[in-house]
Amino acid sequence: MELSDLQDIARKERESQKPIRVRCCTAAGCLSSQGQAVKSALDEAVAANGLEDRVQVIGVGCMGLCSEGPLVQVDPAGTLYERVEPRQCASIVAALDGGDADANVGDTTRPFFTRQVAVVLENSGRIDPERIESYIAADGYHALHTVLHDMTPAQVVETIIAAGLRGRGGAGYPTGLKWATVAKTEADRKFVVVNADEGDPGAFMDRSVLESDPHRILEGMAIAAYAVGASQGYVYVRGEYPLAISRLQTAIRQARRMGLLGTQVFESPFNFRVDIRIGAGAFVCGEETALIRSIEGHRGVPRPRPPYPAASGLFGCPTLINNVETYANIAPILRKGAEWFASIGTEKSKGTKVFALAGKITNTGLIEVPMGTPLRTIVEEMGGGVPDGGTVKAVQTGGPSGGCIPQSALDTPVDYESLAQVGSIMGSGGMIVMDEQDNMVEVARFFMEFCMDESCGKCVPCRAGTVQIHRLLTKIRDRRATDEDLATLRTLCEMVKQTSLCGLGQSAPNPVLSTLRYFPEDYRALIGAPSEPSANGAAPRTA
Amino acid sequence: MESTVVAREKPRAAGGAKQHPSGDNRFKMLEATMKRHQYQADALIEVLHTAQELFGYLEEDLLIYVAHSLKVPPSRVFGVATFYHFFSLKPKGLHTCVVCMGTACYVKGAANVVTAIETMAGVRSGETTGDGKLSLLTARCLGACGIAPAVVLDGAVTGRQTPDTVTQLVKGWLE
Ligand SMILES: Cc1cc2nc3c(=O)[nH]c(=O)nc-3n(C[C@H](O)[C@H](O)[C@H](O)COP(=O)(O)O)c2cc1C
Ligand code: SF4
Ligand code: FES
Ligand code: FES
Repeated sequence: MELSDLQDIARKERESQKPIRVRCCTAAGCLSSQGQAVKSALDEAVAANGLEDRVQVIGVGCMGLCSEGPLVQVDPAGTLYERVEPRQCASIVAALDGGDADANVGDTTRPFFTRQVAVVLENSGRIDPERIESYIAADGYHALHTVLHDMTPAQVVETIIAAGLRGRGGAGYPTGLKWATVAKTEADRKFVVVNADEGDPGAFMDRSVLESDPHRILEGMAIAAYAVGASQGYVYVRGEYPLAISRLQTAIRQARRMGLLGTQVFESPFNFRVDIRIGAGAFVCGEETALIRSIEGHRGVPRPRPPYPAASGLFGCPTLINNVETYANIAPILRKGAEWFASIGTEKSKGTKVFALAGKITNTGLIEVPMGTPLRTIVEEMGGGVPDGGTVKAVQTGGPSGGCIPQSALDTPVDYESLAQVGSIMGSGGMIVMDEQDNMVEVARFFMEFCMDESCGKCVPCRAGTVQIHRLLTKIRDRRATDEDLATLRTLCEMVKQTSLCGLGQSAPNPVLSTLRYFPEDYRALIGAPSEPSANGAAPRTA
Repeated sequence: MESTVVAREKPRAAGGAKQHPSGDNRFKMLEATMKRHQYQADALIEVLHTAQELFGYLEEDLLIYVAHSLKVPPSRVFGVATFYHFFSLKPKGLHTCVVCMGTACYVKGAANVVTAIETMAGVRSGETTGDGKLSLLTARCLGACGIAPAVVLDGAVTGRQTPDTVTQLVKGWLE
């Protein structure tokens, strides 16, 4: 495979495009509400009307507005149909040349769509994730070719540093620096690993990227491998994502067949092989040292760092671990330049971030916005606020490692530093909206139960501490707690935070601390003499 | 609470798998997986995935068989099989109902769905009914939060469920 072959494939793919394209979402969300039946019905209707040479039905990835799925969109008109039922497909096809279909038409001019800036999701919902040609026609694998033929590994690392990309898996460590460290380490064997464990409940960005645009991850990995000097890669995907796994397998097979993976990629001396490892349902395996143990076929138990995986990782070799979304940013950065990327976002947080909006919010789904966009814009404008006129009580970000941001802090811009300032974290991008019905003690207890169950048990502060915190929260919830218990709760939280071995234990108290900080009335209402609760106007609530 | 795997399950043969390796075709398929990984110990989790897909659950004999084949101590195989939520050392019921208890589903009332099924079927979450007809399980986010609350019924993910809709569906299985 050479550049001209790549261009040929892209040209042929574009030329074979029919005048009217009907894109039908076949990502997990829509598939679970009859998406496949909708696609088949569209195919049938096109055939029944003899429109095959003018109209093509394409199965695409997530279009973002998952709560209104199954979604169907028609090009070039741009008409979006929501909650499509198979029986409506005939009328959608009948209306392709004008006229109205018997299906709900969505408003594509609402902020949910117009305020987005697509970098990671640029192909999502547009290309067919099961066809490599579709990705190549969208400029796919061009960056890899450029990198292999026109750039040195050091130049690639420089570009990523200049772009200012930070890890999207949670902590926000500068990606370029990490690459530089692995690149510098001398070793015969190195690995690149994709962290696709996505254990945060309420987060589905990584799933969506893998299902909608799997080649983007392979291209990002290959570029990373070239930059750091690795020749083997692993994608560690959670077992709960069967569709993502199968699309990734398809993508690997296709790329290998075209010589875009394997030996002598693009006729260059670069060799790169990718394997998939399927997780087995342990949240702690998202932690990088635990993930490495798991790939090696052991219990996924974290170990102290240093040494960092960059120095000693998989099988003791230098290993680069990045999140799915981090890799998804790589090809666009090389295609459009570090400057372009650095011009999006804020001073310290460059680029865009994908968020999974869920919970008590009108528009549930995926959005991609520039870093620095105020939470209020995301939740109220794009998300449409709480349905049925309810009010936002809190926005939970960062899952069990994060915190609850109160309504009063909705003007916080989403970037790493600002979110930390209000006691939460960016995390991987899960954003769950809660309303007045939700009791924050109950929410804190929910996350603590999660951490307690998922603690690997290696170190005492986390193993025993989470159990004790959970017990105290239960006591509070059941109105059996005293002020003394509340004080113990605080002490215990600080202790677990400071003495646990890995990020799971270190961040487990965050939801408790943030709810204590912003929603003390929820706690107070459940503590103390029964005559007190109404004193500050907070009605006692239990979920 | 027990997390579980949802969609990679295949129907399992009736009864446990007690046959000798030579007599059971499934062992051949397991053998093929191990061979593909060159019997390397680091493929243990992959092999257990395949074993569970083939046999439905990881019975003791099966774990010992895997330990011998990959030349790793049985203690390590048991250690791994019990560490991960995905692996089940007990047989599951004829039908499975997995209710997502991730945050998005939780705030949309998933707990009420679980309670409704528990009451209706007389089974506790994480367990199987006495007649072996239904296993009720919970999961930690299926990544389908956009259609919360999500429930997996015999491998098919369904969204926007309520206590009523789910009990209606599950009732049919119990008759
Ligand atoms: C308990 C725990 C769970 C984690 N889960 C994930 C995860 O699901 N996905 C992920 O990318 N990173 C996860 N991380 C962060 C990883 O350890 C690691 O920092 C990240 O994969 C690095 O990639 P990045 O620099 O591209 O963000 C987790 C960390 C901890 C402590
Ligand atoms: S903090 Fe918790 S999860 Fe992390 S090593 Fe310790 S016990 Fe295991
Ligand atoms: S899954 Fe179809 S729009 Fe997201
Ligand atoms: S929280 Fe249930 S699918 Fe994500």
